[in-house]
This record gives sequence, structure tokens and C-alpha cells, in this order.
Amino acid sequence: MLILELYIFVLAGFVGFMVITRVPPLLHTPLMSATNAISGISLVGSLVAAGSHRSSVATILGFIAVVCATTNIVGGFLITDRMLKMFRRDDPKAKLPAEPK
Amino acid sequence: MRDNLTQLSYVVAAVLFILGLRSLTRPDKARQGMQLAAVGMLFAICGTLINHEIVDYRWIAGGLVLGAIIGYPLGMWVPTTALPQRIAMSLSFGALASVLVGVSEYYNALHGVGEAIGTARMAALGFEVLLGSLTVTGALIAFGKLQEILPGRPLTFPGQNLANGLLFLIAFVLLVLVILDPTRTTAFYSMVGLAAVLGVLMVIPIGGADMPVVVALLNSYCGLAAAATGFALGNSILIISGSLDGASGFLLSILMSKAMNRSFSNVLFGAFGGGAPAAAVGAGGALPVRAISAEDAAIQLAYASRVIIVPGYGMAVAQAQHQVRELAELIEKRGGEVKYAIHPVAGRMPGHMNVLLAEANVPYDRLYDMDEINGEFPQTDVALVIGANDVVNPAAREDKSSPIYGMPILDVDRAKTVIVLKRGMAAGFAGIENMLFHAPATSMLFGDAKASLSKLVSEVKAA
Repeated sequence: MLILELYIFVLAGFVGFMVITRVPPLLHTPLMSATNAISGISLVGSLVAAGSHRSSVATILGFIAVVCATTNIVGGFLITDRMLKMFRRDDPKAKLPAEPK
Repeated sequence: MRDNLTQLSYVVAAVLFILGLRSLTRPDKARQGMQLAAVGMLFAICGTLINHEIVDYRWIAGGLVLGAIIGYPLGMWVPTTALPQRIAMSLSFGALASVLVGVSEYYNALHGVGEAIGTARMAALGFEVLLGSLTVTGALIAFGKLQEILPGRPLTFPGQNLANGLLFLIAFVLLVLVILDPTRTTAFYSMVGLAAVLGVLMVIPIGGADMPVVVALLNSYCGLAAAATGFALGNSILIISGSLDGASGFLLSILMSKAMNRSFSNVLFGAFGGGAPAAAVGAGGALPVRAISAEDAAIQLAYASRVIIVPGYGMAVAQAQHQVRELAELIEKRGGEVKYAIHPVAGRMPGHMNVLLAEANVPYDRLYDMDEINGEFPQTDVALVIGANDVVNPAAREDKSSPIYGMPILDVDRAKTVIVLKRGMAAGFAGIENMLFHAPATSMLFGDAKASLSKLVSEVKAA
């Protein structure tokens, strides 16, 4: 089982490296917030800790972990989307109605 | 059956995550791709909620709602200028989740209500809480520095590296002790505490300009902690996402270090600007500086046919990105061509300047990386430097004794004329004299970047 997990870890790392090397510096900040949102996946561990009712300590720690992870998922995906929405090409048709100040 | 559904949801999530990250290679496809990744997250969460181990949904529901309530403003209301500290804070949250899951697993196992701990599982748990705990406090300190609650200068004390090394060694020994015998609870909890102290000590000596490397590195740790959680729980989606996250953070920190021509260890242990370059500053006082009025600078800009704008941290501090865009549009209207030169470590996190300018509605095809644009400076009429210093310091190219020698820079000094917007003549973050400011082709426009740019805009309009 451990060996299988190591395979998964190493292969995912390779995929990550190959994909992320091609991300242009232009999008490095969205990349960071995106990986941040994705790392909120630790929620799946927190959910089990908070809901499996094994000990009250685990439940409470799990609850806090659920809050933290959910915060990252919700906030992370929203802010990434907000940033990516701002990146636009130069489009002569949409030549900026200068925004109100 | 249920377990298979859970696993299936994880496979879907993993595929969508990777597709989402891949979409970030194309700015026009990125938004769609990340929305897919969010759908993948939803799959993973729903797949977990049907897990038969979960018997009580009250705490879960409360946590999800509370997290969403805190997360929404952090996603929608935080201004782009506060992004670096926002990201540092979420790294801390993410790592905290990993630590808490690790501690609760450990607690359950010791009290006979969880899975028993084998050596491999204990090792995974140990790494998880060690890395996680270090990241929680490290990211908090980074947050404090970026938010300017803590001083941005490097805080050092004699024997710091030795002390850190020793602490790290002790933490590592405790880790080994716990792995050998998981019932050593004191060792386990001391290790968590020690790692937290270590996180503080590691980030405290790192100065503001090195923050991009540190934030990226903490990102990597946070991912590795999540992957270790996956090993401890035997959960493949955690391993995959953690590994992706770790790879991304690691890669970014390498890119950032390269852009500063410094090794990891130098960033982490070097405490840049810790007084050593003071001698180089002393000579600066007598050098000539040519100040320029906004009117004269505006004339130069108004009649220039090629302008390159070089933004730096100063633009972010003054929140002057909208004025920059306004000025660029005016120049373009008069027939000039405006490009933006972005140094990889300008600002406080990877890609900081790009996001700020995108927010100000600057089209991203006007933003050029260092390598793309460096050849164009000699044909440039005016290079407008806004609050950037070390990344345009020619000493990095010429002066072998300079602490930043060898760092790739933007060749602003090769432009026909240079206008530098700066608050005053204070040396940059690294405390290194910048000869660019004394060059014959350079004029300095002193003052707050936003105010100076507003003046330039109205003067160019009148010209």
C-alpha cells in the first residue's frame, strides 16, 4: 500500500512539474492562489475527523480544520476567479470607457 | 459500493485539478479551467460526505458554513494590493488544517478509537505535523511582515543560524523517537511546538524583498504537509493534490531564487541587507542627482515615441496602477508606443505586478517578461521606473563587489532617457547604492508615486 502511495505521490509530482513549468510568469499569482484553493482538499481529511465521532478531541480539532480548509477552498477559488477575470487582451473594440473614480 | 463512489469522485477531482492547473498556461482559457477545478473540488467533497465512517453531520455542517462565511470576504473583498498577505494567511490556514487532522488522528489512535499506528503511518503523521506546524507559524510571520504589523526588515541575532540548526536537529530527533515508539506523546507534542517556534525563527530574519521566495517555499511546504496527510490517511486525492501543490511551490521558489541569482540557502540563511553593504552606501552622498519637475517629465513623455514602464513594489505601495494605465493611454493616444517590463521578483510575490496592472485594465499582451524586453531598451526614448530599485540596478551587471552582482536585471540604464519616480534618495531594500539614479540620462521625479503620476497625467493632457 505504501509503495502504491509513493507511486501516486511521485507521478503526481511529475505531472505537476510538467504542467506548471509552462505557466507563464504573467499568471504566477493566480497559480499560487489556485494551488492554495486546491490544497483546501485537506478538507476531505478534516470531514472524516470531524464527523466520525471517535473522541471529542478529534471532533473539535476536526471542526476547526473543516473551517480552515473550507475558508481556503471558498476564498481561494473566488479570488482566483476574480483575478483571472481581470486579465484581458488588447481589444480595440473594447477601448476602455475609463472607469469612474 | 459507497467506497467505490468515493474513489470515483476522487479520480474525477484529480483529473479536473490537473486540467485546471494546465489551463493556467493560457490566460484566455484559465478562468474556465479553474471553474472546472472548483467543480472537481465539489465532487471530492460530496464523495467524502458519503463515507461510512462519518456518523454525525452537525459539526461538519457548522464548519462548512462558518468556513464559507469567512472565505467569501477573503475571496471577494480583499483588494489586489493586499494579495501577498492574503496568500500568506491562507497558507497558514491550509497548514493548520493539516496539523489538526494529524493531531486528531494521532490522539484517536493512542486512545484506541482510531486505526492503530504502524511505523509508516507514524512517519507520515510525524512529517505532516512537523511541516504543517512550521508552515502555520512561518506563514503567519510572513503575513505579519507583508501586512506591516511586523517590521519588514530582517530581524537577526548573533548565532541565529546555529540556533535554528540546533532546533531543527532536536525536532528531527523527536520525530525519529516518535516513529520508533508512537506512544511517546511528550515527544510528539514537543515536536509540534518546536516546529512552530522554528517556523517563526526561519521567517523572522527574511526581509521584504525576499518574500516572493519565502511565500513560494511555504506554499510548497503546505502542499507537502497535505500530501503527508494523504499518506497517513491512505487517501489518494490528498496525496495527488498535495504533490501538485508542493511541486508548484517548489518550482516557483526556484524561479524566484534564480531571478535574484541567489541560492535557496542564501535566501533562507543570508538575511540580506543585514548591514554588510553599508560601506557601499556611504559613497552615495556626493554623487550628482538630477531632479526633474512633473512638467518637464510630462513633456518628455508626451513627445516620446517608445516608452517602457518599469513598475516595482513602490507602485503597489502607492496603489498607483490606475494612474499608470491612464498615463500610458494618454501617451498612446498621442501616437507613442507603451510597453511594460516586468521583473520576475518585482513586488512581494510571484506575478504581483501582472495582477495589479491587470486590475487596472492594462491588457496582458503589453506586459513583457525581462528576457523578452531587455533587448528593446536601447531603442526606447523614455524608460519610466515607478518605485523599482534593485531590479534595475546596473551594479548587478557591472560591480563585482556588489551584493546583488549577477542578479538578472532590467537594462533600464540602456534607454535613451530614464525617469525614476521615487519617494526620496533612500537606498533600496537591500541598502545598495543604485548608480542608475546618478547616471547622466536619468532624471528623478521625487514624491509619492500616485501623486506624481496624477500630475504627469494632467501635464501630458495639457502638452
